[in-house]
Amino acid sequence: MSSHTYDYLDGNAAAGELSAIFAMDVTIAEAQCAHCGAIKRFAEAHLYMQAPGVVARCAVCEHVLLRLVNARQRAFLDLGGMTCLILDPSQLQESGQ
Amino acid sequence: MWRAGTVVALHDETATARTITLEVPDWPGHVAGQHVDVRLTAPDGYSAVRSYSIASAPNSERRVALTVEQLPNGEVSPYLTQELAVGDRLELRGPIGGWFVWRAQQTEPIQLIAGGSGIVPLMAMIRSRASTGSAAPFRLLYSVREPGAVFYRDDLQTLSDRDNNVSLTFAYTRVAPQDWPRPPGRIDAALIADATWPSNLAPTCFVCGPTSFVEAATELLIASAHGRDKIRTERFGPTGDRK
Repeated sequence: MSSHTYDYLDGNAAAGELSAIFAMDVTIAEAQCAHCGAIKRFAEAHLYMQAPGVVARCAVCEHVLLRLVNARQRAFLDLGGMTCLILDPSQLQESGQ
Repeated sequence: MWRAGTVVALHDETATARTITLEVPDWPGHVAGQHVDVRLTAPDGYSAVRSYSIASAPNSERRVALTVEQLPNGEVSPYLTQELAVGDRLELRGPIGGWFVWRAQQTEPIQLIAGGSGIVPLMAMIRSRASTGSAAPFRLLYSVREPGAVFYRDDLQTLSDRDNNVSLTFAYTRVAPQDWPRPPGRIDAALIADATWPSNLAPTCFVCGPTSFVEAATELLIASAHGRDKIRTERFGPTGDRK
């Protein structure tokens, strides 16, 4: 187990921040980790919000999936840790957003 | 997108937690389990955003109830639980999140496991079950510090008394009522075996609470042969202002 076991939230806690950027609810999409290749719901990622921003890590290997920092009236979004984001429009429309 | 809501009712759940009912004219409707972000802005422009789970069932009155627990040294929760008054306005973003949700079309057994204020989104599910006339069998295991810290006690009792398919188990961690069968303590394998659906019924499990509680409950469920893919979790951190 990693040393951060008790610090993180679930990826679903980032839904509000991400809704300011994306038209659809990204937290119910599947995300493929660029490091280990695991495909999991973004809602199941480990989310660290203590940083000056939001960091999502793969629930399997803890590699960084996403970083989002709001600073100087800009949003800096790094999606480099995800090879692919898999969206199902029929499900995304049901999410009430 | 931020929406304005007006406080229409306030209700104290415990000495430190308050339910805030808001009327939001352009509310698009929500699904049980979703949350909202609340933004407070000071006159100098400084703003703080916190997430709170919705406690109310989806309804047609464009009303949203949030239950907020006051955290010591919190930046937002002391204002919401002590100073906010009926008629005040709050900025909301939401409803948010399509993962930790229960929909009335789901007919499988549902296992809810709450730690402390983690009851809030699970209460929305129980209320939604009642308001839609769902027959899905629900069990709630509610772990709480002491009897005085229970949220929604009367509502929970009423909803379970009138329907055999909603069962409640309280588990007290520090102080239990007199003659309570189980001594105060954290949830354990014996309690999971007694109070939750067996894994062969393939229930969907929703676990919400502080991070350490969610970790412990999830591990106990997996040890009782529940599939990881049947367990949905919502953690809130010990230092955050969440819920």
